[in-house]
Amino acid sequence: MASPLLKLTRVNKSFGPIDVLHEISLEVNAGEVLCLLGDNGAGKSTLIKILSGVHKPTSGTVEMSGSAVAFSSPRDASDAGIATVHQFGGTFPLMSIGRSFFVGVEPTKGWGPFKFFDRNKANEIAVKAVQDFGITRIDDGDRLVGGLSGGERQALAIARAVHFGARVLILDEPTAALGVKQASHVLRIVNQAKKRGLAVVFITHQVTHAMAVGDHFAVLIRGAIAADFKKGQKSREEITDLMAGGEQMAELEAEVQSYMSAHDGHPPTIGG
Amino acid sequence: MNKQPSGFSVGSLLRRPETGSFFGLVGVFVFFTIFGGENFASLTGSASWLNVAASLGIVALPIGLLMIAGELDISIGSLIPAGSMTVAIISGHYGAPIIVGIVAALALGAFVGFVNGMLVIRTAVPSFIVTLGTLFAVAGLVLGLSVILTGTTSVALKAGPEAKWLLGHFIGGAFQVTIFWWIGAALLFGFLLHFSRFGNWIFAMGGDKVSARNAGIPTEKLTILLFMSSGVSATFVGVSQAILYNSAQVSAGQSYIFNAIISVVVGGVLLTGGYGSVFGIVLGTLTFAIVNQGIYFTNFDANWASLIIGVLLLLAVLMNNTFRKLALSYSPSKGKK
Repeated sequence: MASPLLKLTRVNKSFGPIDVLHEISLEVNAGEVLCLLGDNGAGKSTLIKILSGVHKPTSGTVEMSGSAVAFSSPRDASDAGIATVHQFGGTFPLMSIGRSFFVGVEPTKGWGPFKFFDRNKANEIAVKAVQDFGITRIDDGDRLVGGLSGGERQALAIARAVHFGARVLILDEPTAALGVKQASHVLRIVNQAKKRGLAVVFITHQVTHAMAVGDHFAVLIRGAIAADFKKGQKSREEITDLMAGGEQMAELEAEVQSYMSAHDGHPPTIGG
Repeated sequence: MNKQPSGFSVGSLLRRPETGSFFGLVGVFVFFTIFGGENFASLTGSASWLNVAASLGIVALPIGLLMIAGELDISIGSLIPAGSMTVAIISGHYGAPIIVGIVAALALGAFVGFVNGMLVIRTAVPSFIVTLGTLFAVAGLVLGLSVILTGTTSVALKAGPEAKWLLGHFIGGAFQVTIFWWIGAALLFGFLLHFSRFGNWIFAMGGDKVSARNAGIPTEKLTILLFMSSGVSATFVGVSQAILYNSAQVSAGQSYIFNAIISVVVGGVLLTGGYGSVFGIVLGTLTFAIVNQGIYFTNFDANWASLIIGVLLLLAVLMNNTFRKLALSYSPSKGKK
């Protein structure tokens, strides 16, 4: 069996005396969606930053296709084929679609000091890349990114990553700020990216969204992997419970139950 | 339906960053043509505000680019007199060839710009504070050194005919030659910002510096270069003034700080960066110069000029906000449904 596209083995990360990530081991194959679930503060962002080259792990290894990699900058990570798309997608709201698509890798024409930014070509490629993902409403590359809907911006960012040869796509809460319909658009695009053979790491705290696209799930609690399971192995309730700290939630429920029965169904009175 | 007609349309004009400043310019021009009489729009009349616009514009252009990139440079206020004094002391007081003085002055501007840029990227202190520091430091340095070296705060400079012709004469007796330098600078900066890839980098830097760096843009180099360009432009203006007026004073540039910022903001550049155009900056500079000089053609007391500029600035910002919103909310599919 081929080695997984991205593999983390016993990754630890601490900032000074604070341990943020503890013995994280994960793997994602090409054409697979790994959902990383976890409540706020569980260490999701730190994990993303390690994958995208912002932080280096304190210990442990990151491998891509079987060979160890160490990223010293986000640029390194993206050169290796890891693209990270953040919650709000395009980060340059006041730039046009074509311009923001090609930030840092602008197509030019002309010679010597007279190299012109090739606006038409940039717009054409950008619009086509987004339309290939099914967003046909985007047809003018001169539109400003800030004028797109949240879902369209995500689509643009994902299309950009795919266009520039990303093999691993890290999506940081792509659906968190979106409405139901927009979110389903994004989920469809995630599915398409998967079909194109990308390995997708999908970070979210919305279990329904994760269940819709995920093949493989990992739940992160206080910096450690609390559960690691395949699609269909756990129900939605179980996952939600896990994320919220499982047993603690059950305990709280039992406490409330016993209180209610002891007080004829009245909730506790405050200060009384 | 994928192809948009790439031709001319009123709608797409309204969504450009310089739209607001264009209306502002037309407004003040009409206003002063009515109240200033025929002198204002006459050849000599327009020379009076074009001359002001030219030297202000040469400084405003790099300031505008810096602002689009999310930075600010107010040290130009000291660099303009520093440029004048450098060329006047070297070539006037010590009698060295004028070219030595000019090169030394421009090098000084490049150096202070380099220091500004290095301080901004190394310390991460907002560039307003950094350049406020260098503004005072350079002012003190120029004053101190001038008194030590020449014993005075005002130095005479006698430039040769070539230098005069290039930097300090009046064309047709009225139009300063700096107007052409300004046009040249506008073309250069316009090409850089709108047609070269550097422009894309500048916009990206102003939009989100961290993402821009992650996308592989050399943000630090670019920041330093932008500060150097504003330093060089400021000392250039200083040099041309010294050559034009045959003398240099220690304190003759502080008004440029706010005037340049006003011109840039009236020109549609977003103070927080990421949006603007060179054409807009040029229009903003013209607008400012027209108000500043036009008042003398009217029967109004010149003291009212500042009031007009203040109100104009606020109106411009509001108008630019509106046009930016228009640009943001624009989507061609809405109209088709």
